[in-house]
Amino acid sequence: MTTIWKSRTKPAAWLAPVLALVLALSACAAPPPPPLVVDPYAGAPGGGAVYTGPVPAGSLNGTAEYFRTNVGDTVLFDRDQTTLNDGARTVLARQAEWLQQNGSFSTVIQGHSDEQGTREFNLALGARRAGAVQEYLIARGVGANRIRTVSFGKERPAATCSDESCFAQNRRAVTVVQPGAGT
Amino acid sequence: MVSADRVGYGPREPGRTNEQMCRPLLIALFAAATFGVAAPLPALAQEDTGPLRIEITEGVVEPMPIAVAPFFDAGGGAGMVARVQQVLTDDLTGTGLFRTIADQAQIAPPDSFDAPIAYEDWRAVNAEALVTGAVSVAGDVVTVRFRLYDVFSGQALGDGMQFDAPVDGWRRAAHKAADQVYSRLTGEAPYFDSRVVFVNETGPKDARLKRIGIMDFDGANQMWLTDDTTLVLSPKLSRDGKRLLYTSYETGFPRLMAMDIETMAEVEVPTDPQTMTFGPRFSPDGRWIIFSREQGGNTDIWQMDPSSGAARPLIEGPFIDTAPSYSPDGTRIVFESDRSGSPQLYVVSADGTGEPLRISFGQGRYGAPAWSPIGDLIAFTRQDGDRFHIGVFRPDGSEEKTLTESFLDEGPTWAPNGRVVMFTRQTPGGDGVARLHSVDVTGRNMRPVTIEGAASDPDWGPLLP
Repeated sequence: MTTIWKSRTKPAAWLAPVLALVLALSACAAPPPPPLVVDPYAGAPGGGAVYTGPVPAGSLNGTAEYFRTNVGDTVLFDRDQTTLNDGARTVLARQAEWLQQNGSFSTVIQGHSDEQGTREFNLALGARRAGAVQEYLIARGVGANRIRTVSFGKERPAATCSDESCFAQNRRAVTVVQPGAGT
Repeated sequence: MVSADRVGYGPREPGRTNEQMCRPLLIALFAAATFGVAAPLPALAQEDTGPLRIEITEGVVEPMPIAVAPFFDAGGGAGMVARVQQVLTDDLTGTGLFRTIADQAQIAPPDSFDAPIAYEDWRAVNAEALVTGAVSVAGDVVTVRFRLYDVFSGQALGDGMQFDAPVDGWRRAAHKAADQVYSRLTGEAPYFDSRVVFVNETGPKDARLKRIGIMDFDGANQMWLTDDTTLVLSPKLSRDGKRLLYTSYETGFPRLMAMDIETMAEVEVPTDPQTMTFGPRFSPDGRWIIFSREQGGNTDIWQMDPSSGAARPLIEGPFIDTAPSYSPDGTRIVFESDRSGSPQLYVVSADGTGEPLRISFGQGRYGAPAWSPIGDLIAFTRQDGDRFHIGVFRPDGSEEKTLTESFLDEGPTWAPNGRVVMFTRQTPGGDGVARLHSVDVTGRNMRPVTIEGAASDPDWGPLLP
């Protein structure tokens, strides 16, 4: 439900420009506050502005940087696992939503493993993780032609220590978005 | 100018065959490694043993004391003599099977390469074998000669031999001579005159730079085959050592690359661009390339005819199949698969027909198998908890032996004679470093390969002609 709030204050006229502020916060943040509309010309014939809906996503959040920091580009996997846990699915649902709102972006999903394992098996393990993410995003409506996958196995750890605290960060799939609608 | 037919590595004085050769000294080299039921599991070669030294962790095999008399300069070889002798000595002692008797302990070194041997004096210092040698340089050719004597029986052990090499290839002549000594004293095939491809590593752990290099088996004569601007993995040589296959991320995605070692000309092996492909290997006859191919998250093993580019799945299913290695006769393939739930090793016929047979049943996870070039053993990586091991077993999985243990040992590759394995050992932590090590099939003689810088993914090429 969208409420339209019209100012009844005196037309201070030029003092206050029209503000249609839409805070398109990501799902991880608090629920967005109700939209605020300041309309100095309310009631004036031919004037004024009426809120008619949110600005399409992309004008404020349609950047790779926004995707990385607000949507979340990384999902983690349990040890030896390539299935998506609850936390991963939550992040991926946001990714899918973002990708649908930002149809001009394509994505490469990087699969990674921790260093506990042989080189080529870890490449295959990373590929399977990337594939699991790809499958989920497609199921959530992202076009298959916009998604590619790559595995780095254990070649590009996110954290470099050699205990579980780092291994857990390295068993991951990273969704890298880039302008261009894919193949 | 020296005529081409003078330059070569062939023996000048053809030696007798092993059968003809009297071998009173033939030591029971791998007697304890003969996988007999009585052979005890050797103590593990532990990590971090400090400076180079032979690790004999079990009192069964004592290195054989041999003497290498100071080599002679037979003309123009003054600058070369000591270096040739050092390479030969290092080759022999590096096996862990021999120890040399110090020069100062030698009572009566011969006056010349052809002088008679005072066996009594060599017996007195407990030398069981004596190597003599001479080095000469004429123009751009170095000539290395050696003779080998059985001190206790007081006679030559086979004929002396002579090797010619270009001067800048002097190490190869030394390796050839050492190979003959090793072979005569052990009955094993030689392996010193061989090369290894590997991956050189620089930069921080989360942004490692990698490039492929090639070097002599002992770490000398390093040469770079790729630069470090592109991530490269898993170099593998053809059986003749002339061609190289590897995985490159030049396009941003893993792809198969092939290179002619001599010209360093590289070409991409054509594969479906919608898939990831990695880990290529040649079949022993060079006719096929087998490789790992990912599609939709699932990795299978495919086979390609490189002349036509035609490829087909060889080993497939909804599980990871990767890291294949051919048997030396090309009839079978051992590979790594998690079809049972965890990574294990399986053997299947090389045409992919029939059900893969699981051969690994020990504790933990198995991977990165390498079939020995003489066919008797398969080396592998085994992870048990947080520890990694290099091990060997028969191709049916029997008579398993654990050779090493550390935080991370992986990726064994065989010396051309199938008696020594080289592998990657990585130390833990953010500043952890990968180094190459070698270990013999008894697990007794483990040592680092002495090269500058960090290195991983060795693949040991053939004995050079």
